[in-house]
Amino acid sequence: MQLLLLALRRLALSLPTLGLILVGLFLLLQLAPGDTVDAMLAQMGGGDPALAERLRSFYGLDATVPVQLGRYLWRLVRLDLGQSAIYGKPVLDVILERLPATLLLTLSSLGLAVAGGMALGVLAARRADGWPDTLISLLGLLFYATPSFWLGLMGIVVFAVKLAWLPAGGLQEVGTGLTGAAAVLDIAWHLVLPTATLSLIFMAIYLRVMRASMLEVLGLDFVRAARAKGVTEGRVLVRHVLRNALLPVVTLVGLQGATLLGGSVVVESVFSLPGLGRLAYESVVQRDLNMLLGIVFASTLLVILVNLAVDLVYARLDPRIAG
Amino acid sequence: MPLTRRTALLAGAATLAAPQLAAAQPGPKRGGIVTVHINAEQRILNPALRASTGVYLITSKIMEALVDLDAAGKPDPMLATSWASTPDGLTHTFALRPGVKWHDGKPFTAADVQYTAMELWKKELNYSTTLQQYLVAVDTPDDHTAVFRYSRPMPQDLLLRALADLGYVAPKHVFAGTDVLQNPANTAPIGTGPFRFVRYERGQYVIADRNPDYWKPGLPYLDRIVWRFINDRAAAAAALESGQIQISPLSSLSLADMDRLQKDPRFEVSTRGNEANAVENTVEYNCRNKYLSDVRVRQAIAHALDIPFFCENFLYGFGKPATGPIPSTSRAFFPATSKPPYPFDLARANALLDEAGFKRGAGGQRFGLRLLPTVAGEDVPLFATFIQQSLDAVGIKVEIIQLDAAGFLSRTYKDWDFDLATGWHQYRGDPAVSTTVWYRSGSPRGAPWTNQFGWQSDQADKLMDDAASETDPAKRRALYADVVRVVDDGLPVYMAIERQFITASSKALVNANNNPRWASSHWADLSLA
Repeated sequence: MQLLLLALRRLALSLPTLGLILVGLFLLLQLAPGDTVDAMLAQMGGGDPALAERLRSFYGLDATVPVQLGRYLWRLVRLDLGQSAIYGKPVLDVILERLPATLLLTLSSLGLAVAGGMALGVLAARRADGWPDTLISLLGLLFYATPSFWLGLMGIVVFAVKLAWLPAGGLQEVGTGLTGAAAVLDIAWHLVLPTATLSLIFMAIYLRVMRASMLEVLGLDFVRAARAKGVTEGRVLVRHVLRNALLPVVTLVGLQGATLLGGSVVVESVFSLPGLGRLAYESVVQRDLNMLLGIVFASTLLVILVNLAVDLVYARLDPRIAG
Repeated sequence: MPLTRRTALLAGAATLAAPQLAAAQPGPKRGGIVTVHINAEQRILNPALRASTGVYLITSKIMEALVDLDAAGKPDPMLATSWASTPDGLTHTFALRPGVKWHDGKPFTAADVQYTAMELWKKELNYSTTLQQYLVAVDTPDDHTAVFRYSRPMPQDLLLRALADLGYVAPKHVFAGTDVLQNPANTAPIGTGPFRFVRYERGQYVIADRNPDYWKPGLPYLDRIVWRFINDRAAAAAALESGQIQISPLSSLSLADMDRLQKDPRFEVSTRGNEANAVENTVEYNCRNKYLSDVRVRQAIAHALDIPFFCENFLYGFGKPATGPIPSTSRAFFPATSKPPYPFDLARANALLDEAGFKRGAGGQRFGLRLLPTVAGEDVPLFATFIQQSLDAVGIKVEIIQLDAAGFLSRTYKDWDFDLATGWHQYRGDPAVSTTVWYRSGSPRGAPWTNQFGWQSDQADKLMDDAASETDPAKRRALYADVVRVVDDGLPVYMAIERQFITASSKALVNANNNPRWASSHWADLSLA
């Protein structure tokens, strides 16, 4: 009950934030030179102004900015995100089409990164300044400093072009008509390289945070007490140190949850995945206002939900925070 | 014959060459899937509504035009089997192919041509609205005859060349009585072509399958064509190398990758099959600017650019100096004797600027200009930087303002808020389609890639108007040669570099790149070896 109240209070507090973000973005986009009809003419290779005028009225761009904003907000109140100019269908449909690929990619990368980062961080902290620590920290720094597009392209060159072990891009083999387990395996097969690319970069951050946090907790009194009463080293690490060292990592997961939807634009582009990040980028270039606002709406919702989840996990890890 | 070293070598060479020749030209065979690279999502898949190479790349296999171009660049019968024109150029009669069926089973008739011409080509299709503005009516005396009537003379050669791109026919029974902009067939096309539309998965691919009822018996060879959207150039090159795609048309790979793949025996990287798709890199002048209003300044800027150097060192040799708005691939119109009008000459450039009264001031600088590059190929930002550095040498300080496509278009062609701009002029087979609009005065503000330069020449206007309605091909050719001369002198736009699109394709393909607008053609005869 208390939990539900907390959740509701949080959600109520985020509504004004959501409104501010959407109105702000709408106004900001009015400052960008050119509209979706200009972008369309650019793609078409030209067209006469009469045609442009008709298209502008077709997309409702001939009204003044306040009228457009009013129309948008009125639609939003009725939970209608409008029509996409690029795709000619409801924004919600397009987002729902793209969401699975993005969630699949980012959740698996984040999962891999958190698990790998934690394991490596613990390993490094256990023998601080020993050779495993030095090696892990060095590799972590290296991957952290590497741009994701380069890492992705090198992965493609080595594993797809030279060795021909993995596909070079795409979400699935086109038009094979696979179903069931075969289709799932096919998608997993295509996601190996992008997930590895994205998670290696995330992993470096978790590794470093985990290591520092572990070292800090290892020096605290209660750890000495645990050791003094004869608890085995493994049990000390897992039961006593790890749980206490997890808080900063959870904070980080919450922060990165915010970039879940948009943060993989580069990886999605390099591997030609039909995700939301690429959709957002395309919407900016094509000035597809409704689409972009829809994506922002969805990601804002996601951030609010992730933050809520993080708050709940905090409470579980550290009973003192629950309140 | 005594066996000498020479004959032995020759014989050896012959036996070596023979199997290679056989391997290089296998016969086409039925079956197989070909996957094609396309670099941008298309909003609309209807070539009767949107004229652009991206739309043609997909839809020309599904829908068909009245005519196409053959290997020699001559009109090739498609849905029209023959044509005749009256000497005054006011009436053009097309005999239509009998026994053709739309993919939904309905018969193709003259009513489809009449509807598409009057409702789409004349009212909606970009470039075509200008071309067909004097089209009065299309008569259909019977189901397989369409008679186009014009109120002003329409040269037959112009009409036929233009119809290869602007003559795709849409099914009347699907479009009539609907809002054509919102018709679902715009993204799920129904045509008469060799392949039937199957699926458009946004952000991923488009699939079309073999049409077993195609009117050319035995064709097409392929079972399926897949178009994959890959917007990262390097990833597309990797997809080609790993065999995920077989064709990357329309210069969609990076120049460095194309240069590298050119040396790879598995691929053909060339301009072959793009002869009708010429592109020229432009330097566009805003003649309202107080410096650029002087033609000597515009000429000096042209003289200051070392075009051969740029082509060799930045474009990997994929380009050459242009001689004006008509590229050398346009056999019907290229003025045989024309030369690059403003060869690289720094002394001349400096002299012209001095003469115009803009002497070097402090630090050797004369004045500053803003340069807006468009968003097209990789060559455009390179050329913008090259212009900046070249003009620095003659004392003109250039500031590059990089915007995205929509921003560039509205700022340059609608707001006129630029000094110099650089981008592409696309030549579409006949100067009257999309070339003379760059120079004809009176273009409404906001029409992109037209004369928005504040430049006007009554002489050029008259020549272009006369040429557009001249029915004698020889006289038209002469008129356009005069147009080139006049606009090269007046120079509202410097057509600096002439190029063609580059196609990278697998050598395992048979009948690839075999006509001058191959990426935009039917591919019924394409096959895998």
